[in-house]
Parts: sequence; C-alpha cells; structure tokens
Amino acid sequence: MAVNGKLSRITGPVVVAKDLKGAKLYDVVKVGEEKLVGEIIKIVGNESVVQVYEDTAGLKPGEKVISTGQPLSVELGPGILRSFYDGIQRPLDKIEQAAGAFITRGIDVSPLDHKKKWDFKATKKKGEKVQAGDILGEVQETDVITHRILATESGKLTDIKSGKYTLDDQIGTIEARNKKHPERLYHNWVVRKPRPYREKFPPVVPLSTGMRIVDTFSPIAKGGTACIPGPFGSGKTVTQQSLAKWSDAEIVVYIGCGERGNEMTEVLNEFPKLIDPKTGKPLMERTVLIANTSNMPVAAREASIYTGITLAEYYRDMGYGVSLMADSTSRWAEALREISGRLEEMPGEEGYPAYLARKLAEFYERAGRVKTLGSPDREGNVTVIGAVSPPGGDISEPVSQNTLRVTKVFLALDSSLAQRRHFPAIHWLKSYSLYTETLDPWYEENIAADWPRLRNDAMALLQKEAELQEIVQLVGPDALPEKEQAILLVAKMIREDYLQQSAFHEVDAFATMKKQHAMLKTIMRFHERAMGAIDLGIQLKTITGMKVREKIGRMKEVPEDKLKDIEAVYKEVDKEFDGLRKE
Amino acid sequence: MKEYKTVSQIAGPLVFVDNVVGVGYNELVEVTLPSGEKQKGQVLDITEKVAVVQVFGGTSGLNTSDTSVKFLGETMHLGVSEDMLGRVFTGLGEPRDNAPKPVAEERLDISGAAINPYSREEPRDFIQTGISTIDCMNTLVRGQKLPIFSASGLPHNQLAVQIARQSKTKDQKEEFAVVFAAVGITHEEASYFMRDFEKTGALERAVLFLNLADDPSVERIITPRLALTTAEYLAFEKGMHVLVIITDMTNYCEALREIASARQEVPGRRGYPGYMYTDLSTIYERAGRIKGRKGTVTQFPILTMPGDDITHPIPDLTGYITEGQIVLSRDLHRKNITPPVDPLPSLSRLMNLGIGKGSTREDHKGVADQLYAAYANGRDLRSLSAVVGEESLTDIDRKYLRFADEFENRFIRQGNTEDRTIEQTLDLGWELLSALPEEELKRVKLDFIQKYGGKFRNKEKKE
Repeated sequence: MAVNGKLSRITGPVVVAKDLKGAKLYDVVKVGEEKLVGEIIKIVGNESVVQVYEDTAGLKPGEKVISTGQPLSVELGPGILRSFYDGIQRPLDKIEQAAGAFITRGIDVSPLDHKKKWDFKATKKKGEKVQAGDILGEVQETDVITHRILATESGKLTDIKSGKYTLDDQIGTIEARNKKHPERLYHNWVVRKPRPYREKFPPVVPLSTGMRIVDTFSPIAKGGTACIPGPFGSGKTVTQQSLAKWSDAEIVVYIGCGERGNEMTEVLNEFPKLIDPKTGKPLMERTVLIANTSNMPVAAREASIYTGITLAEYYRDMGYGVSLMADSTSRWAEALREISGRLEEMPGEEGYPAYLARKLAEFYERAGRVKTLGSPDREGNVTVIGAVSPPGGDISEPVSQNTLRVTKVFLALDSSLAQRRHFPAIHWLKSYSLYTETLDPWYEENIAADWPRLRNDAMALLQKEAELQEIVQLVGPDALPEKEQAILLVAKMIREDYLQQSAFHEVDAFATMKKQHAMLKTIMRFHERAMGAIDLGIQLKTITGMKVREKIGRMKEVPEDKLKDIEAVYKEVDKEFDGLRKE
Repeated sequence: MKEYKTVSQIAGPLVFVDNVVGVGYNELVEVTLPSGEKQKGQVLDITEKVAVVQVFGGTSGLNTSDTSVKFLGETMHLGVSEDMLGRVFTGLGEPRDNAPKPVAEERLDISGAAINPYSREEPRDFIQTGISTIDCMNTLVRGQKLPIFSASGLPHNQLAVQIARQSKTKDQKEEFAVVFAAVGITHEEASYFMRDFEKTGALERAVLFLNLADDPSVERIITPRLALTTAEYLAFEKGMHVLVIITDMTNYCEALREIASARQEVPGRRGYPGYMYTDLSTIYERAGRIKGRKGTVTQFPILTMPGDDITHPIPDLTGYITEGQIVLSRDLHRKNITPPVDPLPSLSRLMNLGIGKGSTREDHKGVADQLYAAYANGRDLRSLSAVVGEESLTDIDRKYLRFADEFENRFIRQGNTEDRTIEQTLDLGWELLSALPEEELKRVKLDFIQKYGGKFRNKEKKE
C-alpha cells in the first residue's frame, strides 16, 4: 500500500508533497528522512497538502514522503486507562524514555504496551454466533475498571480461549463470509469516524458534579453536552478539573488542548493521589489524559480532540458512562484557523474557516446516551464538557456562538465574580441548562420531592436581587422597603453561603445532592421565616443580627457523614425565629 | 555552502531567492548587501524553486542584481556558556560590550523544543519579592511565568527592577542568574536597567540581550528566543535559578504583525496573525521546572496594553498562556501609590501550590481571600457612595469604604525600596482587617482570627 512521493514545498506545519499516487484524503504520511507523522488534508492534481504533527524546521524540498495508505487511527485495547498521551496517542512517558525531557522529532512509540500480558476471561463460547460489538470476554484493566473485549466482526466464533495474552496474540477467530478473522485484545479505529451504536436516547439522569451551582441551577445530564466559556483567570480550568475529579462518571477522558504545560503536570500529579470516594482507589485508575500543550505542534492539537472522543466512545461501547473534558476547544478552533490560513482558504468570520460551525457540531454530536451494538444489551454514554476561551471574554465571537448553538448547558464564567474571589465564578443568572425539566423527575424521585420548587424559588430570589440592585445603585439600600431589603439579605446568603464553593477545601470541594438539598432547604426556610417575621413587625436589623446566620454560613463545611448537623441548623432557624416573636 | 545571486523580489523584510536547491525550512541565511555589509536571515517558505527569506537586519540597501545570499545549512543556533554571565549582547547575540565573543560550550537551536508535560515538575517554591500585593495576594513561585500588564506611562520598569533586586527564596545559598531581553525599548529604558543592575551588583550574574527601538524590528522575533535558550541552558544544564525579564512583548507582537503582513497572510484580530497564540506560547511555555534537574526558569514578561485595554489581542492571548498576570493601574498611579499594582484583576494561578503551612504561613490563603473580597466590596461601595452619598450607606458599608482607602494607602503603597517579609505583609493584612467585625471575615478559619489577628483586634477593642 505504501507509495513514495517527494516534498515540493514547506511552509510551517503545512507541506506539499508531489507524486503520492493513489493517496487518499486523510491518509497518514511519513515526511522526510526523520519520518515525521503527517496527514493529507487536501489533494490538488498531483500535489497532496499535508499537515505535519511535528516541527518542520530543516525539511528540504526533494525529501521523501511515504504514504501509509491508512487514515489517522487510535489503538483501542486494555492499557488506555492511566495513560498520558499526546494529541496523536503517543504515550508521553515513553517519549521521555526515548528522548528525554524535551520532545524532539520523529519519535516512534506505540500507544499501548504490546509486551504486557493480560488475563483474558472469555464470556462467549466456541461455536456461538456473534455480532460486531458483542462482548467476547473481559480483562481487568485497572483495579476499578473491567475492560470488555468487543467483537470486530459478525459471524461464527470458531475459536476462543481464556488465558494470558499479549495484545498481539490471537484470542479467537470469527468466521464470516468464508473468511477467518483473527480477534485480538485490541483493534484500530479511525479517529475522524464516529463509532456506531444501535440507538440514541434522550438523557434523563443528571451527572452528579458535586458543584452546587451546577447540580442545583444548571445541571448537566449524563450523555449531554455543556460548554464553559470565560475570559482568562475566571477559572475555566479549575472548573474543568473539579468536574473531572468529582463527577460520577465511570471513565474520564481529559484533553488539555493547546493549554499550559504546568496545568497538565498538575493533573498528572494530583489524580494518582486523589481517592475516588466510591471505589476507594485513586482517580487515575479510571482516567486517561491527553495533553497537547500550546507549544506542541499545532496540527496534533487539531487531532487531539478526535483522539479523545474516540477513546471515550470506545468505553461507552463497553457500557460505561464517560465524561470528556476538552480544555480548550478555542485552541482547537485556532488550530483549524491556522491550518486553513496556510492552505490559503477563503476565511469566514474572524479568519476562522467557513466549516468551523460544522466541525464543532460534528464533535459535540458524538456525545450522547446510547444503546450500544452487540449483546448483552447495554447502555453507555459520553458527556462532553468543552471549555471555550473567547478573546477578551466576549462571547459574541464565532467559536462561542457556534458552540452555544449545539450545547445544551451553558456555564457562564464571569471575570467580575472571579475578581472578588467568588468561586466557582459561574454566573447564576447568565448560565442555563436545557436539561432542567427533563431531569426534574429524577430529582423528585431520588433526592426530594421539593427539589424543583426550592430551586425555582431560589432562582426567583436571585433574579429579584438583580432587579433590586439596579434600584439600589440609584437610591441606596435604605430607600427600599424592609421586605425587599430582606430579599437582598437572603439572596446574599444564597450567593455566599450556598453558591460559593472552594475547590481546594477538603470538605467543601464536593457536595452530594443530598447535602445540597439540605443546605438549600435551610436557607429557603430562613427566607420564609424572615418574610413572616417582617409581616409581624420584626425589624430587619434584628434578623440581620441573628446568630443562626453564622451557622448557615458554615454549613458548607459540614462533612457528608454528618448531614444531621445541617438539619439541626434548620431547626435552629425555626427556634430563633420563634424566639424573636416572643420578644 | 551554497551562495546565490538570484534575488528576484524584495518586499519589506522579505527577500525572494530563485532557483535554490537543497535548502531547508527555517534554515539560517547570510545576505551580503551590495555595499559588502552582511546580514542574517531565515527561510520562511521554501518550494522547489523559490526560497522566501526573512532578513533580520532590515532590507534597505538591497537590490535584485548585486545581492548575494548564502544558505548556511542549519537552523539558527546560539553558542552558550557560563561565561555569558555579566555580558551584554545585541538582539542577535553578538557582543555589544567590546569584549570578545565567549567560547561556546554548546550550540543550541534557539527555537528550543517543547518540554514534555510528563517530565515537568510543578512549580511550588515560594519566591519572596518583598512586595505585599504580589507576595500575599498573587504569590510568585519558582518556575512560573507571570507577566506584568502595564500601559504607557506606568512605572513597570521600576517594578521589574525591584522584583529582580528583592527576589529571594528560603534557601539563599542557591545559585541564581538574571537573563534580560530588551525588545524594542528605548536606549533610555535599557540604560535604566543596566545602571540598576550595575548599582546592585546584579550585573555579574546577568546576561543581557538588547534590541533597542532603532534596531531592526525583525530582530525582535529572535531576541526573546536567544534569552530563553541561554536561560534554559543555565537552568537545566548548570543548575541555576534563572529569572528572565523580557520587555516589551508588545513590540515583539508588532514585529510579528509586520512580517505577517509583508507575507500577505490572512490577518486575524486587529491585523495580528492568526497563529499569534501559538507563536507566543513557544516563548512563554519555556519556563518551569524539570524532574531531576536543579535549576528553574521563571519568566517576567512585561507588556504595555495598547489603550489600557486588557482585551486587546496582546494581553488577551498572553493571559491565556501565562500563569496569571500582575496588572498595573493608572488610577492608583494617579493617586501616587507605588507600585500601582491593582490586586483585583491580578492573579497568580500557581499561588496555592507555594503558600500555606511549611512554605509561608498557614493563614496565608485565608488572609489573601479575605483581603480580596473586602477590597472588592469597598471599591463597589465607593462607586455607590459617589451616587447616593456616604450618609445613606450602612455602618458596615462605611467600614468597608474606610478599609478600601487604608488598604490602598498602607498595603499597596510601599514605594520602590521597601522590602517586606511575608510575615510583615500578612500581619499588615490582619491589622487592616481588624477594622471589620469578626462575622464579616468568612474567608478565614475561625481559629486564625484569634491566633494571628488577635493582637490587632484586641488592641482595637481596648481603645
């Protein structure tokens, strides 16, 4: 299949090769003497335009270009979890072994360990008829995740055996159309092609994130899509990392796309130390990291998003719930823009290529809750949460706008909140979730029947606060009636005592929905009683000075196993208000 | 080595050379002018026939008939050695101090290579700059890249010099060095830095690369890369802790735009090239720590925000790459507060790693958060009281107003020479916070209020 051509032009990460006969669009090519990896992105007559995933300095016209005849693909098999890949699935630890602390060029390392032996337990028997996607057997990939080996063909299983195998060993054979297909523990998949499924369902279960602003006011659904736009310094990355740490997905794919090197190092150092409360094992056991930092080659940054989503789909097909965090999709869009500029394409808005909207929609559409192919019947989901970095924080730019059109949850990061250290700096009024209503039945059934009511009441208060603030700006707070001043007081309590949450506090970093409910219920009870008290002629000053407010402020520090303490605060609210009446 | 006399076109800093064979992308070029003068350049685009060369020294005096172009067969390299300490070089790495070129111990490609994120180590060693707004609220750690966002007319150079002079870590025995890159700044500014380095004896431990305002602008693409190549060598090969100051990155971006427009590229925002983010990252990301190596590279790029606009592409893209920013404020400067660091838009992303028990003090994070929240509140109330008058504010609001004034006058204001220890800074913070009632201090742990704030609070009550 391999055909040889030669280089005719080099301009940055884009090069032109001549005489690549029979080469197809998106085929992977090896460029030059050092065999740099690239991909054909345009073909004009005899010339193939190639984006190169490595630095092109020193390449000369006339050097050899070899086409592999295969499109860019990933290796899918046990060993993916706990890995730390670059944008084209090269393990960064292996790159370090091969090249040292700095990433040099032309390093050829395989994504998965082909020497390691895995203990394979067959669940299908010899002679059974199988469909592509059927679970043939299992491998214990990490302490918490069982890797299910999926059939790659439909036909008769003529041979299968449990035992210890390397990835290259044959574990079984499927006979189809009079041909024998060897089955192995791994297979390859083209990254730009979504993996097939049987049926897509609407998402109905919330992704528990432990962040009160998200779970309460803008819930994300399992299998849904969310975007987090925000200017620099507003906490996109901290939010993404918190979601990766605490969301109740079974598998996490974290893509650092064109971002800071130190941030990825932080994730890499932290995840093996963080213990997953559900399994008692390090979070890393269920995580795969993909890092293509801003100074790594720009074409590989473009590919990293696809590499990540393909890995996510693969675990979905095994029947897992997967969360994919992409930080940041703007950098990916900029990579598209840069490549498009080098191709001298006609630009669309702000220099971005005209196909930006289509590419973004295609990417987010790979999320979803699905019934997978094959037997036994199983459901899996991929939730996609993308950070967006709009220039100057202005979301009227093309990447934000096109993302908002396809995602269902919008978490609006706000720099004025970040500046007053209100974290997470997600603005309650600007953010929204289109899942709120579809998820309400779940909340009513699993958390509390009054959850939707509490949420709507609290939101109404915050909305009212914003209106009152405008008046306060003009006339000062004292000019408001006592009742409205009390609304300001409670709204402030919701903001400070409920919505503010420290990602670095040992207890406060994560709140279960039960705890959230107990907290919100207490604050809303305070509101109810305060309104009643004012009707009875009790002065606002007295309410402001109530002792229980201090305890409400410290509810967030109550550990999950002592939720009774929050109930006690609730009772204390009642008691103190009852006392006021007596006075 | 191949020499060509086939120049077909000259456009701005770009020279087109025809019929070249065997020339590589990014290869270094020596251009001989008709006058015999020699200049360096670099290949930007290469096809089988034509090479597009970017000339660093400017293209005036070139013509198509008598110019000869020599391709040197390698990308741009810099000879580095420890002897560079105490020396001054031009923006292209030639000696500028009339002394001979130091003997190179190694020749390194100036564009460097990306540090493998797997090999990085998180920066976590606290650097005390002696400046309260930085140490307490935007803590700098070794291996961080923290730019100063300034604007024309603000004293960013004084601040940079103060940081270079006062910076120290717990263990003071370690070897340090300063690498200074002047990118398109005036002669006057450059000599301010040199004088100060000389006066404080820092010059012996410094390497200076100077591209001044009247030097060719295209050189500015090279100067920061020379500085960082030197810094990486001193840090990762020689085990030094290197502080890199680059000023002014705005000039660098202007040069980038100049070349992009000469190449007739599709412009992005405000005419800057679409790849400016990627290009800037190849500079800013060259900072950090590497597992198993002693030295570190800490970066202090300075940029002036055109029109004081933080959403301008230069500060905007920088902020997306660097680990925070120190923002100078014209309002504070007008109030004669030095250094005019505005803590609200400033940020240090790596702060949490370098503070707390064991490195600074256990109450550090709480104090910083509380000061932030209180000052932000005070500033909001200032604009409110401008509308409705101070009388219609509540008691507690008036306390916040006074806090904001005191905070600016005592905490932010410290002048160019005062060097505060972190303990002094935190105590000052507690002293200012003592003006607020205890139930307002929700960001600090209850026990710390007595333990550290106690001596100030109780005094207040006695009076």
